[in-house]
Amino acid sequence: MSRRITYREAIREALQEALRRDPRVFLMGEDVGRYGGAYGCSKGLLTEFGEARIRDTPLSEAGFTGAGIGAALGGMRPIVEIMTVNFSLLALDQIVNTAATLRHMSGGQFSVPVVIRMATGAGRQLAAQHSHSFENWYAHVPGIKVVAPATVADARGMLWTALEDPDPVIIFEHATLYNDEGEIEDSGPLAQPLEGAAIRRAGSDVSLITYGGSLKKVLAAADELAREGIACEVIDLRSLRPLDDKTIAASVARTHRAVIVDEGWRSGSLAAEISARIMETAFFDLDWPVERVCSAEVPIPYPRHLEIAATPQVPNIIAAVKRALRR
Amino acid sequence: MSAAGDTRVHLDREHALKLLRQMKLIRRFEERSAELYGEQKIRGFLHLYIGEEANAVGVMQALTPEDAIVATYREHGHALARGLPATEVMAEMYGKASGSSRGRGGSMHIFDAGQRFYGGNAIVGGGLPLAVGLALADQMQQRNRVTCCFFGEGAAAEGEFHESLNLASLWKLPVLFVCENNRYAMGTALERSESETDFCRHATSYRIPAEAVDGMDVVAVESAARRAVQAIRNGGGPQFLENRTYRFRAHSMFDAELYREKAEVEMWKERCPIRRFHSWLIAAGVVHEVDVAALDRDIEGEVEAAVAFAEAAPWEPEADLLTDVMTPAATRGVA
Repeated sequence: MSRRITYREAIREALQEALRRDPRVFLMGEDVGRYGGAYGCSKGLLTEFGEARIRDTPLSEAGFTGAGIGAALGGMRPIVEIMTVNFSLLALDQIVNTAATLRHMSGGQFSVPVVIRMATGAGRQLAAQHSHSFENWYAHVPGIKVVAPATVADARGMLWTALEDPDPVIIFEHATLYNDEGEIEDSGPLAQPLEGAAIRRAGSDVSLITYGGSLKKVLAAADELAREGIACEVIDLRSLRPLDDKTIAASVARTHRAVIVDEGWRSGSLAAEISARIMETAFFDLDWPVERVCSAEVPIPYPRHLEIAATPQVPNIIAAVKRALRR
Repeated sequence: MSAAGDTRVHLDREHALKLLRQMKLIRRFEERSAELYGEQKIRGFLHLYIGEEANAVGVMQALTPEDAIVATYREHGHALARGLPATEVMAEMYGKASGSSRGRGGSMHIFDAGQRFYGGNAIVGGGLPLAVGLALADQMQQRNRVTCCFFGEGAAAEGEFHESLNLASLWKLPVLFVCENNRYAMGTALERSESETDFCRHATSYRIPAEAVDGMDVVAVESAARRAVQAIRNGGGPQFLENRTYRFRAHSMFDAELYREKAEVEMWKERCPIRRFHSWLIAAGVVHEVDVAALDRDIEGEVEAAVAFAEAAPWEPEADLLTDVMTPAATRGVA
């Protein structure tokens, strides 16, 4: 049986299932309880699970993220929700200096099974302190896993796998996805693997590589290009650390052209990393230099038209594909 | 010897010798470490605890093996007082594979899962949220354990200090915060870095009971720690100690000590916690010089054995460089 639910509902179901299945799981963050979550993902959970497990925190990103790391060391399975990636910068110390280092630095004595969820990205006219994409900052760091569920099925299925993982996992939820609907297949297993990219559309002319909130734009561009007879292969990275080099290289070997769509700024971006890896693993398969569609190098502005101009959009993606195909 | 749950310090001969031995072991271990640093056997940063021994030793007496410890980068003393073998701590300083953290952390990152010793944290203030989380896990799992978090007074200027005190108090978590106030945040004097130099006032502003202690008096520290730990075990929530102490040596081996007067250092050395306790025990007839001489010989042997152990210990093979960045698949599910 399949049914349609929103991305937000998928996350709420995943949280609820995890809280029911494992008494060690609890959710902690700003306004996750009485308010129901800044993006409404935890609405109703306080009533079912109580204040100890749906834990409203003060505005202390470093404090409660660190507390989540400590609680994970103490045998719990905390889910820490940070309102936006911009706020997570206040907790960078705990994530990068503690969660990511502890296992290696202690000679393998400790695992840190904490899951940190946060909203990311532009598109809701929230301006320059609520709209950025710092996924690449986290994906730079050894010792953590970074995932970006772009579909309802992944939003539903990756949380449980993240909780079963003994290492810190950061889940990026693009803020424009929460209202999107998608199919859930209840008859099969709901859990989705953390690692491995997914080919969301097969095609032979060009590989479009993306993740998170950009996937729907890339699929829309691929639809439009199909009408012009261009067959795009769309790769959803799903995991940003580790990256699935194999799937990317195999696709480029088939299509000989790659366009990377990444809402981060171009300089030092995930797109830059993926481009370098394509050069390292598939250089001789390429018929055209790797194209990148990234955000303009400005703090994301408030007005709608400028926000659109600053971030990857369907027309830029189509233009990049046509450049790659010399059309 | 005081039983767990007893808030008084019973200074019988056995307990007195234990306290004196632990402080002297830390002192000798670190004097030897400084020599080894000169010989380039120990590299990187080396932050000595010399002068502050009464704090780790006094506080540890109030804790049980089930309790957790979170310490700083000046943690050799805490590790030894907790009962980590001197051999493994020294091997860690050497960076050898037999070290407490397989040699990967060095002086600043000593960890021991078995002893519930959670480092070895070298980001000032960074250990406090960790301690809050460990205590939260205990509270949520209804375990009557204490997490003891050591930090310096410099940490009180960090946001993480305030965030952690607020969280611990808000959630009534079983944390013992021990502020080791040695008057200098590296080279910056207390008065030049803190608008409020009475740290107990920070704690009480978060409604955490606090007590200032003479950190040069091991018995006073043990006594205060026992009261605080008992209050936590009785459900009183977090407690705070400000241990007023002093480091006799430089901040690290790179420090030329341009920021403090020699006379000030000499004045504090007069209050040396080891000498003071030693003289008092002799005067009170609790122990005799012959006991102390035996102790010194014993400690000398233990420290030299630690050095020999570290010298002979193997290096971690380069092939293992990437081991334990992530948890190996084979051990998944048991973490």
